[in-house]
Amino acid sequence: MRKWNSTGGKIFDCLNYVILILFAVCTVLPFIYIIAGSFATDAELRSRAFFIIPKTISMDAYEYIFSNGSLVRSLGVSVYVTIIGTLVNMFFTMTMAYPLSRRDLRGRNKILGLVIFSMLFGGGMIPTYMVVKGLGLLDTYWALMIPGAISAFNLIIVKNFFQELPKELEDAARIDGCNELGVLWRIYLPLSKPILATFSLFYAVGHWNDFTAALLYINSPEKWPLQVILRQVVALSQNVVAAGDRLDPNFVEPPAQTVKMATIAVGTVPILLVYPFLQKYFTKGVLLGSVKS
Amino acid sequence: MKDASSSLEAMSEPALIVKPNKRSALFQSLKRDKWLYLLVAPGLLYFLLFKYLPMWGVLIAFQDYQPFLGFWHSEWVGLDNFKFFFQSPDFLRLFKNTLILSFLNLVLVFPLPIIVALMLNELKNALVKRGIQTLIYVPHFISMVVVTSMTYVFFTTSGGYINEIVKNVTGHTIPFLTDPQWFRPLIIIQTVWQTTGWSTIIILAALTGVNAELYEAAMMDGAGRWRQLWHITLPAIRSTIVILLILKLGHFLDNGFEHIYLMSNSLNRSVADVFDTYVYYIGLTSGQFSFATAVGLFKSIISIILVLGANKLAKKFGEEGLY
Repeated sequence: MRKWNSTGGKIFDCLNYVILILFAVCTVLPFIYIIAGSFATDAELRSRAFFIIPKTISMDAYEYIFSNGSLVRSLGVSVYVTIIGTLVNMFFTMTMAYPLSRRDLRGRNKILGLVIFSMLFGGGMIPTYMVVKGLGLLDTYWALMIPGAISAFNLIIVKNFFQELPKELEDAARIDGCNELGVLWRIYLPLSKPILATFSLFYAVGHWNDFTAALLYINSPEKWPLQVILRQVVALSQNVVAAGDRLDPNFVEPPAQTVKMATIAVGTVPILLVYPFLQKYFTKGVLLGSVKS
Repeated sequence: MKDASSSLEAMSEPALIVKPNKRSALFQSLKRDKWLYLLVAPGLLYFLLFKYLPMWGVLIAFQDYQPFLGFWHSEWVGLDNFKFFFQSPDFLRLFKNTLILSFLNLVLVFPLPIIVALMLNELKNALVKRGIQTLIYVPHFISMVVVTSMTYVFFTTSGGYINEIVKNVTGHTIPFLTDPQWFRPLIIIQTVWQTTGWSTIIILAALTGVNAELYEAAMMDGAGRWRQLWHITLPAIRSTIVILLILKLGHFLDNGFEHIYLMSNSLNRSVADVFDTYVYYIGLTSGQFSFATAVGLFKSIISIILVLGANKLAKKFGEEGLY
């Protein structure tokens, strides 16, 4: 479209490519190094500075991880919370977005006002904790799913999307004898597949990555999700938290760098696997259009 | 139309003839839209329980809340918690730490996505552009725990990749993770790494809305690349930037609890303690619920003032604003 043939323009273009490509490489290089390191031996990790393909492929770190009871259990917890939690999110978000998309619904603006105000002001950590405690959710998996059941932001995007759907289909369905539940189930949801997929993935990623909810609401170690265990394996074994050890000159680091890397990889790879699907939707502009409005 | 239906209703139900007022209209719409109200109920209940009940719970900031007495029997103490907070030596330290991080965030992190988006916009090869975008969006989806864990693995003094380089160059290692001096730079580097790519999306969306004819016209007039950037591109995305800035100011005091919590340790707490983490330590670790709630409320009120103020300012300068 626009061409710049002057020398300065060409130099700028080259520099632009180089800088952006460097930036892109820098964002993914840490992952590549971590994944490479997780398949290497500890000895190689210590002797070679940086590598992308380890000389000797070793599965020791992964064998260690998957023989570790608490890690395997936390993986199970994370999978469970991610699946059930996402279902909870989608149920609450969809059922609330549909009536709010109906302009003629009495009280709609008041409810929308409540939702929007909650984005601006909140009770904060302690009062929310007290509500979770008061409802008897503390130390249950529900505490990881219910307090964040609806993201107000997502709700409004879904509502706007529903609002844009053609009303004729809805009227036709109603003439055929569908009630509101039927309209939502038979017309709206099938028409909203892309947005259903997008938000399911976004919610699921949120559950998989969540650390704070478990920190606040879960006390029993056997109910900890992967992110909490990951934190323990990497940070606490580093003895950064137990500062006394750091000052002890005889302190030797446990030789578990590969195990740490493997644990990080286990925490990241599921996200990287769904990423192409996520990306398909946000580059398609499903989200962009909605974000703008 | 509504009147017609309500009078129809009044005829069929004698009880309502007496009071054909608002109440019967409400009853009407409840009856007509009963499925819709049934559908909205779970979500509404969620907002009332988990968003509005805590807002009411904020009142314990004005109490000396005792768990065994409960909300109804705890003593009201007025503004004592706030007074105590403002007079405690922690206040200035927290305020300073929070403000410095927020300020660094605003100055160093906020402009980067704009610059990167403008650079991406200049790329002619669509394939390369897509490839770069694909890669730089990835970190947004990575958990904070993984981000900090990777930082630990890279920066640790015992065999961390970065520290190996430092050792080769200077002969000694740097305790990046525990040295208070390095806390803020690490936080900023992590934030830049995680958020820059994703934040370009909204700027790029605004850039696609720029009318191509404007560039052609400018070219006819002999405007070079920089003049086009200055006179066409930047004005076109100005309102987007202003809205992002207002949103950013609303979260000015949010340093990200999870991020700061995961990066802080007993050796760098002097610079790492911010409002968000302080509320956690005081409230949930030491059990001073009322005091912690007061600290949180103080932060929320300042945030609201900042959003409204920024919005007003934006309107004054002729921008649209949010509200």
